[in-house]
Amino acid sequence: MAFRWKNTLTENDVTPEALYLSRRQLMGGAAGLGLATLAGRAGAMEAGLEPNDWDDITSYNNFYEFGTGKSDPANNAHALTIDPWSVRIDGLVDKPGDYAFEDIMKAMSVEERIYRFRCVEAWSMVVPWNGFELADLLTMAGIQSGAKYVAFETLYRPEEMVGQKYAVLDWPYVEGLRLDEAMHPLTLMATGIYGRDIPKQNGAPLRLVVPWKYGFKSIKSIVRITLTDKEPPTSWNIANGREYGFYSNVNPKVDHPRWSQASERVIGGGLFARKQPTLMFNGYEEEVASLYAGMDLGTFF
Amino acid sequence: MLERVNSGLRRIPAWLLYVVLPLPAVWFLYLGLTGGLGAEPIKALEHKLGEFALQLLIAGLAVTPLRRHLGLNLIRFRRAIGLMAFLYVFLHLLTWLVLDVQVLSQIWADILKRPYITVGMAGFVLLVPLALTSNNFSVRKLGPRWRKLHKLTYGAVLLGAVHYVMLVKGFQLEPLIYLGVILGLLALRIEPKKLRRRFARQSAA
Ligand code: HEM
Repeated sequence: MAFRWKNTLTENDVTPEALYLSRRQLMGGAAGLGLATLAGRAGAMEAGLEPNDWDDITSYNNFYEFGTGKSDPANNAHALTIDPWSVRIDGLVDKPGDYAFEDIMKAMSVEERIYRFRCVEAWSMVVPWNGFELADLLTMAGIQSGAKYVAFETLYRPEEMVGQKYAVLDWPYVEGLRLDEAMHPLTLMATGIYGRDIPKQNGAPLRLVVPWKYGFKSIKSIVRITLTDKEPPTSWNIANGREYGFYSNVNPKVDHPRWSQASERVIGGGLFARKQPTLMFNGYEEEVASLYAGMDLGTFF
Repeated sequence: MLERVNSGLRRIPAWLLYVVLPLPAVWFLYLGLTGGLGAEPIKALEHKLGEFALQLLIAGLAVTPLRRHLGLNLIRFRRAIGLMAFLYVFLHLLTWLVLDVQVLSQIWADILKRPYITVGMAGFVLLVPLALTSNNFSVRKLGPRWRKLHKLTYGAVLLGAVHYVMLVKGFQLEPLIYLGVILGLLALRIEPKKLRRRFARQSAA
């Protein structure tokens, strides 16, 4: 069901276009035009949440399929072909098959969600996503009663994804959620940012966004979604199980073995940016804490 | 040919390095202040300084093998290279302290608790006495002990490279290449004859 979660709106929080466009873009004319259609967007944000500008969101990315440097994805992702694109939905579903991206988009209702995005590396952004609820997609495929988990897979195409030529991770990238996490109204399949199609470096044409988990859970450029009854393997957990758990919920009290998770640096603050405290479940405690009632979050990190 | 290179090099004053080598740091800082280091300039600056420090440390380590195996004489520049490497490690540390961590209580906790920081810090600590004794006075005063003391370089460079290997996520080649080059440069210093002699002495005893 779409529109199950609302950004807490306040009139004066609506971002004027000039605020979220960086100076560079405004000068870049053509780029600005594309966004003119957005001037009347109804999007608003939680009090105090100001989205990062387009340049930050699209130039500072972790997408190891295109290289391990933060600017590698923006430099290399142009090589990726995203049309045609289809997503194989299989496993414990009533209607398994290859779903063309256009058909998915026709069936889903896209809305805007302004979410905090917290990377496991202790930096964060605020991103105005456009997308649909994953729950709607799974419901469309028909969830069978035995399904308990959802597994996701990123495209594997080393000719176009130069980072896949190196064994940084065990390709293809895989991720997973518990079914209740996947069905949660906050869990989004993003297809756009700032009302534009999602750029390739951000995971075009469709990616997961789970705002209360570290960014690496939000798998990009998805080609396969499998409903299963077993906890699926996840890439970073395979690479280093001591550092990256299946849940990977944002939690200021559980440190990464190599650095503290108590605070984060919001991208865009320049050379003298201060850090700010990290919030439990990245600020979505009210919405999601009940999913983990009774679980020791230090053990199930 | 090599003669010509060596005599050409003799005409370059070593002090020039003290002028030229700090320039990248100024450039990095300028980039960081003007958006040239991307959306997150603090980490980018930290990385640029750390990487250049490691490259300078490797350059310093290469001087002896280059002379011994290729006849290229850069020994006059070694002190400047070493001191400039120390400058960059120091700036790298300073970036971490002032711009990155910020919180005083967390600095100490990180040094003790985060192995890659502990290792980097150990590398820095080893470099301090080397920087302090990189002057003619100390060389004279310490005599043969100076050479012994400066063998600490090997440890410091290794710690710097291991620090790099430890901090990357996933399996990445770059830090391993650095480590490999360093191990190679250290291996070139092993003199089989000396080793054999020492071994012979030990087994005779
Ligand atoms: C011998 C001394 C040292 C050397 C050669 C060195 C070298 C490096 C290199 C090459 C990098 C990675 C750069 C890149 O990714 O391109 C790095 C990163 C880093 N170093 Fe050092 N370093 C040294 C000492 C230290 C010390 C003393 C500290 C702090 C106490 C430190 C803290 C860091 C941090 C925080 C990072 C970035 C980690 C991240 O990506 O989050 N290093 N260093």
